[in-house]
This record gives sequence, structure tokens and C-alpha cells, in this order.
Amino acid sequence: MKFKFIEEKIAKVLMIGSSVAVFAFVLNIIYTIFRRGLPALNWDMISKIPAAGYYNGGGGGILNAIVGSLYIVLGSTFLGLLISIPVVFYLNVYLKKDSKLAYIARLAFDILFGIPSIVYGAFAFTIMIYLGMHTSLGGGILVITLLIIPIFIRSMDEVALQLPKDLLDATYALGATKLETIKVVLRQIAPGIATATLLSVGRAIGDAAGVMFTAGFTDSIPTSLGQPAATLPLSVFFQLSSPNADVQDRAYSAALILIFIVLIISIAGRLITNRFSKHKI
Amino acid sequence: MKSFPYRNPTRASWAEDFSFLNKSSEDKSDNDINNGEGLGIKGSYLKVSDLNLYINKTHILKNVNLEIPDKKITCIIGPSGCGKSTLLKTFNRLIDDTEGVRYEGSILVDGTDIFDKHTEITEIRKKMGLLSQRPCPLPMSIYDNIAFGCKMHGERKRKKLNQIVEEQLKSVGLWEEVKTRLNTPASKLSIGQQQRLCLARGLAVEPEFILADEATSALDPISSKHIEELFVELKQNYAIILVTHTLRQALRIADYVVFMYLGEVVEAGPADEIFNNPKQELTQKYLEGAFS
Repeated sequence: MKFKFIEEKIAKVLMIGSSVAVFAFVLNIIYTIFRRGLPALNWDMISKIPAAGYYNGGGGGILNAIVGSLYIVLGSTFLGLLISIPVVFYLNVYLKKDSKLAYIARLAFDILFGIPSIVYGAFAFTIMIYLGMHTSLGGGILVITLLIIPIFIRSMDEVALQLPKDLLDATYALGATKLETIKVVLRQIAPGIATATLLSVGRAIGDAAGVMFTAGFTDSIPTSLGQPAATLPLSVFFQLSSPNADVQDRAYSAALILIFIVLIISIAGRLITNRFSKHKI
Repeated sequence: MKSFPYRNPTRASWAEDFSFLNKSSEDKSDNDINNGEGLGIKGSYLKVSDLNLYINKTHILKNVNLEIPDKKITCIIGPSGCGKSTLLKTFNRLIDDTEGVRYEGSILVDGTDIFDKHTEITEIRKKMGLLSQRPCPLPMSIYDNIAFGCKMHGERKRKKLNQIVEEQLKSVGLWEEVKTRLNTPASKLSIGQQQRLCLARGLAVEPEFILADEATSALDPISSKHIEELFVELKQNYAIILVTHTLRQALRIADYVVFMYLGEVVEAGPADEIFNNPKQELTQKYLEGAFS
């Protein structure tokens, strides 16, 4: 047999090997969460807030954390999109391809991308102290927004960079101002916006360190932006820190709920993406 | 119209057609170039005077003087990199988006200098329908592709929009093919249909010119023929400026021809004259396929 065919076979085996390794790893995590979490999962978990002594094995559930997490994710995703879309539009439509400013901005966002969330938490915490804010839902939304903006911008930007020059020219040729091209640009990068949103939601809902200082933790459901809010990752953390095995199992069911929320958002996101990207050229 | 042995109309093939005419080429001297004395026509619609265009330090268009007539097809021909497309992009100032671009001179459209700082760039572009090399439909439905420009320029009435869409699709012969699926994505159309859609989209904002940058080079021969026929039809109402690499296409449809070489207009005039009796040696050589 020729060498190149042997080479091909070896490469294929390696590729399958890596895929299986990753898949096995993910399966293992999911299996552990299901094995320990599923028996502890009951209706109380998702419909009630923690009763007294919950973290020592008392009754109740983690509705506070579910609602808190959803508030923070929705709030920060909304704010993040509101801030990121204009940035991406400016970088790609207003600035020229070899603009220094665009280069520096992209570099900065790449760096921000890699900063750990605890640093964002600490940074936002100092701002909150300066503003005289307490740990609150608003603070949590603020820090998670900061955390996901680089993700939003860089992942949308990657798609926007592929924006065909001809498409912009065609729009200008109809007499459009730069601002008026936004309708065309948004439609063209819609799949990128959807992917960016999914990535951001995943990061936002799973972040524990950022919200620790800023949103705090509470057993009640926040009714205003000024009140502290619980989050699922912190709920997992506190329950996992308990010496009580039953409470630890509940931590796994909280993780299970978190995974389900991410799953639902992802599926919804994919469906919406398909709908929006049908016009893409 | 002259007839040439038919071949697949690709860029390379015409050179072969003329290859038997090849003669040894001589160095061009500056005297060969008359810097374009216009097309010698009355009622010119677009007038280029002393246009010089630089991108960074490179002198791209050199002292271009040109007149483009209304209701005629003007073909700009010349070898690759001679500045044809740049000139076309200067007409609707799409060139402004290029980094380091600088121009001198003037281009008068209807007596308005398009470089004048009081001239609204969107108004100029609205006057110039653009058809690019590859069809580039907007990421929208067929209907919205046509309606987009009109909506942008303030037309809101549904009834009027419907009428415009139908009218323009009919004018490019696409209506019968798409009338039942106006809401499907434009990207689903065949490439030839897309190009006609793009033409209709441009016509919907009521331009006075049609600028086409090798508009048929990405199309199959039949679609390409279709577009050419449309140009001939549309010249009753528009001034059509065509950049083309295909000499045969210029032969078929041009009323006026502008020959450019290395950023200069070498010769310009009625098509018959240029093709049958070129005054400049360079033009003659190009037509014979001596260089490209």
C-alpha cells in the first residue's frame, strides 16, 4: 500500500481518537451530574425558595437561584447586544479595513476576552463602591455585561469581517448612507449574532466568580435591581461546600437544571438562527 | 454589426481569435496618446475633465478627459489594471472608501460637479445604478431586494411598492419567473436571475445611468446574452456605461468605445470608428490582441 494511504488511515484514527476522548469526557460529566443529581431532583427544587436550614438538609428549593440567574442572563445579554452591535458596526462599516483604531480595538477585545471573571468582579465591585451600590441584581447584570461584551464583539466581528465588500458597495450604490446599510449588515451577520448570543449566554449563566461580589447571594427572589440576587453557579458552590451528602446531591441537581436551561436556550437559539440566516448570501 | 468566429466568451479567447494578426509591437511613445478628447458628441451627459486619481502615491488615473452620452451604451475597454473599474467607481464615488485615495479634476453630471463638497454623495449614487461583476443580491427576499432602495428613499405605501416591484421585475424579464415566490430569499435564484434582480434593484431607485463592471463575466453564455439584450433595450432610457474585458461584447452592443491603457484614455469615439479605423497604434494593437 502506498504511504499516503497509510498516512490517511493513521490521521483518521487520530481524529476519531480525539473526538471519542472529548465525547467521553463530556459524557462522564453529564453522567455524574445525572447519577447524583437526578435522584435529588424534585418539583420542590424548581418551585420553592430555600426554607430555613436548607443548606443543612432542610426543605425548599433553588427557585431563587434559577430566577436570579435568568434575570442576570437576560439583562446582561440585552445590554451586551445593545452595546456590542454598534461597536461591531462601527468597526466594520465606518472604519477602513486597515484602520489603526480598529486594530487596537480588536486587540483590546481579545485581551478582555481572556481576563478571568473574578477580575471583572473585583473591578465592578470598586465601581459599585464608588457609586455607593450594594451587592445587587443590578451589579450582577453590570459585571456580566462587562464579561460578555468582548465575547459578543469578537464573535460577531469575526462574522462581520467576512462581509462582502460588494454587498456594501451594492447598498451604497442605491444611495444608502453608512447608517442605512445597517439593515443589510444585520441581516447578513444574523447567524453571527445568534452564535455570539449563545456563547455569551453560556458564559453568563455559568459564571460564579464575577457575581460573587456583585450580585451577592440571597434566599429570596429579587424584586428590584437594587436587591441582591442568587445565581445557579453560586448555589451549586454553596451546596457542594456542605458536609451533608444529601445537600451535595442537590448541588448536582442544581447543575442539572443549569444544563437544561443552557440546552433549551441553545436549541431555541439554533432555531432562531436558521430562521434568520435563510436570506444570507 | 461585425461577426467574429464564435467561441466561449472568456477573457482569453478573443486574444486567440485575433492572434493571426499579431505584429511585432513597438514601444509606445507619449505622442501616441491623445489624452482622450472626448467622444466628439453633443449633449454629453457626464463630462470628465482633467481627472487625476491617486491611491497613496500611485497615480491610477492620469489626466482623463471624457464625455459620456445619454441614451447610449458606452463601453470602456482595456487590459487588466488599466483603471477601467477605478474610473467607473469614481463616477459614483464608491472609490471614496478606498484608503489613501485622492483625486483632482471634475466630473460633471447634469452640470453638477460630483466632487463638489455641497453635492450629496447619496444623490449621486442614486443616479447611478451599479451592476457588479458578481451578482450581489441583498440578504433579503426577492421583493425586499427591489423595495429596499425605494423604502430607503421614503416610499412607504405598500401599493406603490408592489407596483414598483412588479414593474421593475418585468423590465428585466424576471417577473414571470419569480412572481409566485416573491418572498423567497433572493440567494435562491440562479446566478443569471440574481444579476437581473440586481439590475432591477438598481432601476427601482430611478437612476439616470447604469454602471456595469464586467457585469456578464461571471454568468453563463445564455444569461450573459440576456443581460446584453437588456442593456440594448434599456439604453432608450438610460446612459449605460459598461466596463468589459470581452471585446466581442463591446463589438456587439457598444455605441461608443473608450480605450484605456495604464490609467490613460488612449482613444474614445463611436464604436464603428474605434473598431474599424482606430487612430492610435495602441488601440489597434489591443484590438488585434497583441497585449492584454
